[in-house]
Amino acid sequence: MKRSLIFRRILRLLKPYAGYFVLTVFAAMVSVAAQLLVPFLVGECVDVIVGQNNVNFHALYPLLCGVGGCVVAAVVSQYVVSLANNRIAYCVLADVRRDTFEKLGRLPLKYIDDRPYGDISAVIVADSEQFADGLLLGFTQLFTGVCTILGVLVIMFVLRWEIALIVFFLTPLSLLIARFISKRTYTTFKRQAEVRAEQTAFIDEMVENLKVVKAFTHEEENEATFAEQNERLRRASLRAVFFSSTVNPSTRFVNSVVYSSVALSGALIVIATGGAFSVGALTSFLSYATQYTKPFNEITEVIAEFQNALACAGRIFALLDEKEQPTDAAFPGLGRAEGEVKAEHVRFAYDPARPLFENLNLTAEAGKHIAIVGPTGCGKTTLINLLMRFYDVDGGRILVDGKDVRAITRKSLRKNYGMVLQDTWLKEATVRENLCMGAENCTEEEMIAAAKAAHAHGFIMRLPNGYDTVVGGTGTLSEGQRQLLCIARVMLCRPPMLILDEATSSIDTRTELLVQDAFSKLMEGRTCFIIAHRLSTIKNADRILVMGEGKILEEGTHAELLKRGGAYAKLYHAQFEE
Amino acid sequence: MKHLFSCLKRYKKEGLLAPLFKLLEACMELVVPLVVAHIVNVGVAGADRMYIVYGCLLLVAFGAAGLAFALTAQYFAAKAAVGVSAELRARLFTKLQSFSYSQIDEVGTAAMITRMTSDCQQVQNGVNMFLRILLRSPIIVFGAAIMAFTVDVRSALVILGLIPLLAVVVVAVMAAGIPLYKKVQARLDGVNLSARENLQGARVIRAFCREEEEAREFSVRNGALCREQRHAGRISALAGPLTFMLVNIAVIVLVYVGALRVNAGKLGQGDVIALYSYLSLILVELIKLANLIFTVSRAVSSQKRIGKVLDAPSEPSALMERTGGEEHAPAISFEDVSFTYAGGGAPALSDITFSVENGKTLGVLGGTGAGKSTLIDLIPRFYEASSGRVLVGGEDVNGIPAEELRKKVAVVPQHAVLFKGTIRSNLLWGGEATDEELMRAVCLAQASDVVASKGGLDGEVVQEGKNFSGGQRQRLTIARALVGKPEILILDDSASALDYATDAALRRALKTLDCTVVVVSQRVSAVRHADTILLLDEGRVAAMGTHEELLKNSPLYGEIYASQTRAEGEV
Repeated sequence: MKRSLIFRRILRLLKPYAGYFVLTVFAAMVSVAAQLLVPFLVGECVDVIVGQNNVNFHALYPLLCGVGGCVVAAVVSQYVVSLANNRIAYCVLADVRRDTFEKLGRLPLKYIDDRPYGDISAVIVADSEQFADGLLLGFTQLFTGVCTILGVLVIMFVLRWEIALIVFFLTPLSLLIARFISKRTYTTFKRQAEVRAEQTAFIDEMVENLKVVKAFTHEEENEATFAEQNERLRRASLRAVFFSSTVNPSTRFVNSVVYSSVALSGALIVIATGGAFSVGALTSFLSYATQYTKPFNEITEVIAEFQNALACAGRIFALLDEKEQPTDAAFPGLGRAEGEVKAEHVRFAYDPARPLFENLNLTAEAGKHIAIVGPTGCGKTTLINLLMRFYDVDGGRILVDGKDVRAITRKSLRKNYGMVLQDTWLKEATVRENLCMGAENCTEEEMIAAAKAAHAHGFIMRLPNGYDTVVGGTGTLSEGQRQLLCIARVMLCRPPMLILDEATSSIDTRTELLVQDAFSKLMEGRTCFIIAHRLSTIKNADRILVMGEGKILEEGTHAELLKRGGAYAKLYHAQFEE
Repeated sequence: MKHLFSCLKRYKKEGLLAPLFKLLEACMELVVPLVVAHIVNVGVAGADRMYIVYGCLLLVAFGAAGLAFALTAQYFAAKAAVGVSAELRARLFTKLQSFSYSQIDEVGTAAMITRMTSDCQQVQNGVNMFLRILLRSPIIVFGAAIMAFTVDVRSALVILGLIPLLAVVVVAVMAAGIPLYKKVQARLDGVNLSARENLQGARVIRAFCREEEEAREFSVRNGALCREQRHAGRISALAGPLTFMLVNIAVIVLVYVGALRVNAGKLGQGDVIALYSYLSLILVELIKLANLIFTVSRAVSSQKRIGKVLDAPSEPSALMERTGGEEHAPAISFEDVSFTYAGGGAPALSDITFSVENGKTLGVLGGTGAGKSTLIDLIPRFYEASSGRVLVGGEDVNGIPAEELRKKVAVVPQHAVLFKGTIRSNLLWGGEATDEELMRAVCLAQASDVVASKGGLDGEVVQEGKNFSGGQRQRLTIARALVGKPEILILDDSASALDYATDAALRRALKTLDCTVVVVSQRVSAVRHADTILLLDEGRVAAMGTHEELLKNSPLYGEIYASQTRAEGEV
């Protein structure tokens, strides 16, 4: 994205806070002016403190009051700047997070499937933070920095233009030095990052599998590898850390050169002008000389952060600009479906270069059970993706109750499906919230009845807080228990159509048998798509689809297909018969 | 702190030299106002141009010396900081590898990785900053105060009064701010969780049409985070203006006191300038200091977390004196063994007694959560039995050194893990072996075709072995276990991804070995050929015997068998 475009987008984000923005800019100017006036007034004070019995107290008091006034103005305005900034930065940050998060719900699943989760959540969490920090807080620093530089320049030129010129030309030296060093340090930092990445990968791998390491008593070999990497990292870090830390002393040295030049020229001018350029003015000059160089250093730092923040903003806007799934607000809802599902001439590919479905046709009459079998990669999961409209077909159409699914709202379509997948995702929330996910208005009795039917009630009651135990993430529950919860979850919402993708793969066979009853009851009269590795489920299906390479190879009942002696029979013998 | 200090010991020289050179640098900076005062008092007042030139040259010289000292100090500080973090990382790694399984469970993988990476980095930053600036700033602050005393005691008292006031402000703001930032961190974790959860659970959330609820929940968390951030920001933003105010009030008082002293003839005009410069110096340093205390406080909490890990006990090589084995003892025997996981309420295993003769095969069968994996984890003493005795070759495992025991007992874990490298480097985890020996193990594990398909033993293995299928990984992990020629081989549901023919071939191949085999599974088909089958139910032995015996005597076994035959046709 172009820089100018990014800036325009940023301004649009800032629009709701325009008032605060104006306030910051104004307060920052007041604060800079007040802060700069202090040394000037102190210089004036020094001028009336000449020597023994030669102090003009009448002139001194108002000057000191002036200093006091400036201090109060500076303090108040500084705090106002911070508060206003605080508000802008954190509110914009919250806005960006909200927008990106809401965007997530509108993106096609393809976007999420195509990238590591870490990459996307980094945009929502980390990039937005760096953007707010770097750009907005950076902006005030930059703005006050520039204001200070300009203000000091003006005052110095007013005080004595000759010395001002010296300062003006000498100071950029420190910038040059800073740039020179940072260019050098860049390569050392890159080297450090490479070595660190290598070591982190090794740590990840070994710590993740620490139990295996210990089982094979591989500790010593690991330690040798680690020690070697660690030493390389130490050397690389030393270079990076040292070189980067030379910037400050170097610029400080340039500043001291500037300082002594001011002292030299100032003192000589005081003598030459016979006091017309006063000692007090020299005092102010010296303190301006130090104040003048400081913002330069800050600006160098800020600019680096700025670049980074712009890059973050670029990624944020790129996410926000991602093409959304087409809106379906204008379409009618499906209502409660009968459950007849048809796929006609469906064409689909994740990657246009590798077509998956070229001409897929299937019909599931309402209430029928369709089992789908076939090797990994044959398109079983893809079929589910299309039925649920996680993905849309590239060609052909899918009909539910004779209606093209693209002409009804996604929500109403999905409400008609219940889904138990192999991937047993649970929300980090209580068991209750997880169970009632699809049926918010269910009663306590209904929930417990569903949990009992799924044989989950027993272990739920053994959890520390029963139905109010927080589950999700990893740990606490075994894979089998999680699957039982997913089954109970579907039992609660009782939709007209079911999709079961290896729904009992993690449950031991005895429990499965116990759950089976409830399952059969649930499936009764509902259209079901079943992917399973247990034969019983497949055997009892009304129709079995044997898939391979995106095509339906065979179709029929268990007995028909066995008799035919084709792909299904082969599969059956390989898998299930000894 | 003791670990930090003991790591620093190796960098004693650097750790002392860095602040020392910082001190020298600070001195160079501290004399500047004095020189300027003399330039004004002597040079300007006496119109002595040469004096002024020399004075200014002296300023440049001090600046140059300051630069040299600073660079030296930075180098030593960097060396010490980097060295300390490297040392901490190395110790942590050694420590983590010495953890017992219980400790691994307790600490958790994510925490261990954070300790080794970001916590060590924080400590490095903290040490570096501490050596460089945290010492420099107080030196300058106190130095400036002392120098002010050499100029004029009465005026210097003003500065002296200022320092504790400033310290109070800085400490108060920090004390108020740090807990607020902790809260912010906790809220941020919540936002992070929401984001991750919505990516991982995208399908389920959409299937249940929960997008709007999720967005609402996120916006609540997000709003709370924003409020906490702003609250914390409001407090920490006080530090800057407050210090500025205090210092400048001191300036006003100083100028006034100075004016009185000059009027009384006790002080020159240049001295007032010098005193003013010292005050400015103090202001600049204090602001730096306030910013840096934050870095250092983070380093201190990281350091504490690291210390906790380092202080944890290592798994001892042996838990008791060796009891010595017996000549014809069974390969494995359990005597009344019970086991409870740390923090777990009910025992995972209770009163387990059985034994397996040398060269025989034991099948362990049971449903999810029956305690199968726990049982086999006790054999190589990954966990220590809570009561009862586990014997290998007639010897109590608690007395056998861990390395020896684990060479004797090879485990093929349920989750087949391979490591980045080559097939050879992975197989060599099992022990020293020639290529022929490796290939023999590969052959036994029915993995010859896997190795061939990847171009031999040098075939690449990417991280987590992602370039192999589940079944391929399983066979390679079995080969890895066989390389060490173990006396006892434990297969924890390790053939689940193999098809029937391969599974059968593997079973035949294992029969040819002179090795006691323990096969764990929840399917009858995997254990029915075992010499003895141990049926576990909720941590207890429900029945024991051969397939035929169990069919006859154990209703539970019959039930499981029936459930699987009904599900899968004839087993």
